[in-house]
Amino acid sequence: MEWWNSLPPTAQVWLGGILKGSLILVWGLLNFAICLMLERKISAWIQNRVGPWRVGLWGWIQPIADLIKLWVKEYIHPNNVDKWLYLIAPFIGFVTANLVWLIVPFGDKFIATDLEIGIIFIAAVTGYDVIATFMAGWGSNNKYSLLGAMRGAAQLISYEITMVMSLIGVVMMAGSLRLSDIVLAQQERGFLGWFLFPQAIGFIVYLIASLAELNRAPFDLAEAEQELVAGHHTEYSGMRWAMFMLAEYIHLAAWSAIAATLFLGGWSGPTLGQVAAGLGNVLNGFGAFVNPVGTAVADWGMSIMGSTVLNWIAGVFWLVLKTYFFIFLAMWIRWTLPRVRIDQLMDLGWKFLLPVSLFNIFLTGTLRYVAVTFDGLPISIGSFTMRLLGWWL
Amino acid sequence: MERTQELLVNMGPQHPSTHGVLRLMVKLDGEQVTWCEPDIGYLHRCFEKLSEQKTYPQVIPFTDRTDYLAALLNEMCYVEAVEKLFGDAIVVPERAQYIRVMMAELQRITSHLLALGSMAMDLGAVTPFLYCWRDREKIYSLFERITGGRMLYNYLRIGGVRNDLPEGIIGTPQDGEDKADKTIWGFINYFDAYVYPQWKELVTGNRIFQYRTQKIGVLTAEQAIAYAASGAVLRGSGVKWDLRKNLPYSIYDRLEFDIPVGKNGDCFDRWWVRQEEMFQSSRIVKQCLAWLAENPGPVMAKVPRVLKPPKGEIYHRIEGARGEVACYVVSDGGTNPYKVKWRSPAFTHLQLMPLLCPGHKVADIIAILGSIDVVLGEVDR
Repeated sequence: MEWWNSLPPTAQVWLGGILKGSLILVWGLLNFAICLMLERKISAWIQNRVGPWRVGLWGWIQPIADLIKLWVKEYIHPNNVDKWLYLIAPFIGFVTANLVWLIVPFGDKFIATDLEIGIIFIAAVTGYDVIATFMAGWGSNNKYSLLGAMRGAAQLISYEITMVMSLIGVVMMAGSLRLSDIVLAQQERGFLGWFLFPQAIGFIVYLIASLAELNRAPFDLAEAEQELVAGHHTEYSGMRWAMFMLAEYIHLAAWSAIAATLFLGGWSGPTLGQVAAGLGNVLNGFGAFVNPVGTAVADWGMSIMGSTVLNWIAGVFWLVLKTYFFIFLAMWIRWTLPRVRIDQLMDLGWKFLLPVSLFNIFLTGTLRYVAVTFDGLPISIGSFTMRLLGWWL
Repeated sequence: MERTQELLVNMGPQHPSTHGVLRLMVKLDGEQVTWCEPDIGYLHRCFEKLSEQKTYPQVIPFTDRTDYLAALLNEMCYVEAVEKLFGDAIVVPERAQYIRVMMAELQRITSHLLALGSMAMDLGAVTPFLYCWRDREKIYSLFERITGGRMLYNYLRIGGVRNDLPEGIIGTPQDGEDKADKTIWGFINYFDAYVYPQWKELVTGNRIFQYRTQKIGVLTAEQAIAYAASGAVLRGSGVKWDLRKNLPYSIYDRLEFDIPVGKNGDCFDRWWVRQEEMFQSSRIVKQCLAWLAENPGPVMAKVPRVLKPPKGEIYHRIEGARGEVACYVVSDGGTNPYKVKWRSPAFTHLQLMPLLCPGHKVADIIAILGSIDVVLGEVDR
C-alpha cells in the first residue's frame, strides 16, 4: 500500500472512485446474468419444464447470448416520442439500481462507501427508480406506457413510505443508520441476534413492500403483461429494453442484499478460521481426548482467524448466500401468485401495511424502553416476563 | 387550455390476452373503464359460405376449425343435425353414440382446462397455464391414438364414427398416474386424483385469485337470459339450464351427472362452474368407459355412398364447451347443404362485454374476458 499512500489525496479519491465504480458495475452485471438464468431455471422447474439447456453447460451461458442478441438488434425509435426522455430513461433506471450496491457492506470495513445515512440513501435511491419509469412511460407516447407509468408512480410512492417505516424498527434497535453498524449490532448472539427475529413484523412488511417497490409479481402492475402489454417499456427495443431488464435484476439483487444486511446479519457468519477452530475442537472431543490432528486443525484455525482477506471472503460468501436466498424467494413468489389489482394494491399498502409498520415502530419502542428500564434490576416475577420479551432488544 | 378527456385504448387485435385476434375498444377514466365495445371479424374464414360448396361429409373438417379448442363438440353438433335431417334412414349404432359422448366429454375437459388456464394467466399467474398444458397434452395424446389428429380430428361421421377405439386404449379402472397418457382410465384416475384437486386448492383457493374474481363482472340471471347466455356463463349466474339434462340428445339421458350452478354470476362463479363441470365430465367418461368395455359392436351405420338428405331444414343444438352450440342446416335435396349456419356461444357471449365491463378497472376487463371464455375462431367462423 506504500505506492497508494504516496499518491496525492485528490488522485486517491478519483482512482478509488473509478475502481469502486467499475467493480460495482461488474458485480451488478454478474448478478444480472445469474439472476436472469435463475429466473428462467426456477420458473422452468416450477412449471414442469427444463429451461434453457443448449448454450453452454446446462444453458448457463444463455444470458450472455441474450445480451449479445439484444446488443446487435435494431433500435426502433418510434415517431412522436419525447426524444430526450425516451432516450435517457433506461439508463437512469440502470444507474439507480447500481447505486444501491455502493453502501452494501461485504465484510468488516469491506464496503464501497460507508455512509452514515445508509438507510436514507437506500430510500432516496430506490425512489429514483420511479423517475425512470415515468420518463419512459411519458416519453414513449403510448397509451399503455402512460398507464403503466401512472401505475408505477402510484405504486412506488405508496410503498416507499411503508418500506422506510418498516426499516425504522431496525434503526431503533441498532441505534444507527449506518449499514455496517447495523450488521455489527446483529452479531451479539450468533444468528439469534439477527434482526429477523425481534423485527419479524418489520421483516414481513419490508418483504412485501419491497416486492411492490421492485415491480415484481404479484405487484408487477407497471408492466402487467396481460393488461398493458409491457407497461412503461412497451415501445423500447434492443439494448434500451435490455437496460430496463438489467435495472430490474440488479435492483432485485441489491434489494436482496439490503434485506440480508438488515435482517439476516449481512456478512456475519462463521469464517474459515472459526470453522477450522471449531472443527479442531470437535476432533479433540472438546478436550476429552486431545490428539495431534485436532490440535493442528484448531491451531491452524486460530492462526488464520485474524486474516482480513479470508474474513472478507467469508463475509462475501455469507452475504451472497443470504442474498440469493431472498432472490429465490422473490422468484418463487413471482411464479406462484396471480397479480393483484391496482386498488387492491393501494388498499394493502395504505390500509394494512402502513399501520402495521407504524405499530411495529411503537412495539419496538415500547419493548426497548422496557428492556432498558428493567436492565440491571434484580429479576422479580413481574419483570421476568418483560425481561424475556425484551431479551433480544 | 387544460381539459380532461377519456382515454380511448384499442386493446387488440394484437394484445397478449385477447385470446386470438379480438379488438376491444375501451374508454378509460384513469384506471376506470367507462365504455367497452368489442370489434370482431379479424378471423373470418367464410366457413358458412364454403360449406355450401362442399358435400355433407366434406363440411365436417370445417366444423373442427370453427371452435378449434372443442372440435369434437362442433363435429357432434353438425353430424347429429344431418342425421336428424335423414330421419329414420340413418340409425347410429349405440356403440358409436357412446364413443361420441365419451370423446365429447374428454374434449370438454380439455377445453375447460384451457379456459381455466388462460384465465389464470390473464390474472397474472403463469404457472397454472403450464400445468393445464401438461394435462391437456395427455388427453391429446389419447386423441391422437384414437383419431389420428391432436387438435382437429375429422373423426365423427354422418352415421357413426370413423373407427372404433384402438386396442387397449380403454384400460382398466386400476390404471394409475403412470398410464395417464396411455389409457383413458389412466387419465381419468389421474384427473380425479391430481388435476382436479390441484386446481381446486392451488388456484381456486388462492386468496389473491378470489379477490381478483369475486364480485367482478356480475351478470344477473335475468340479464343472462335476456342476452341469450348459455353454458358456464348462464349457469354461473344461477340458472340451472343444461341441454344435456333439459333436452337430452344422443345418450345423455342414460348417464348420471349433476349440473353445477353458481350463485352470484361473477367471474369466480363462472370459473367455479367450469371447474366442477370438468369433474362431472370425468364422471360421464367413466360410465361410458364401463359400457364400452363390455359392449363391442359396429361403430358405423349403413349409409348410402352419396349422402342426399331429403329436402328440409333442421336446427340442432347441443351443449358445447362454451355454451349452446347449434347448427342450422337447410337441405334442397342435393349433395351439398343449401345453407349451414352456426350459432356460436362465444359470439353471443362477446356481446356481454359492454354490459359487464363499465365501472370496473382495466385489469378486470381481462378477467371478464377470460371468464366468458371467448374463442375467436368460433366468433368469426
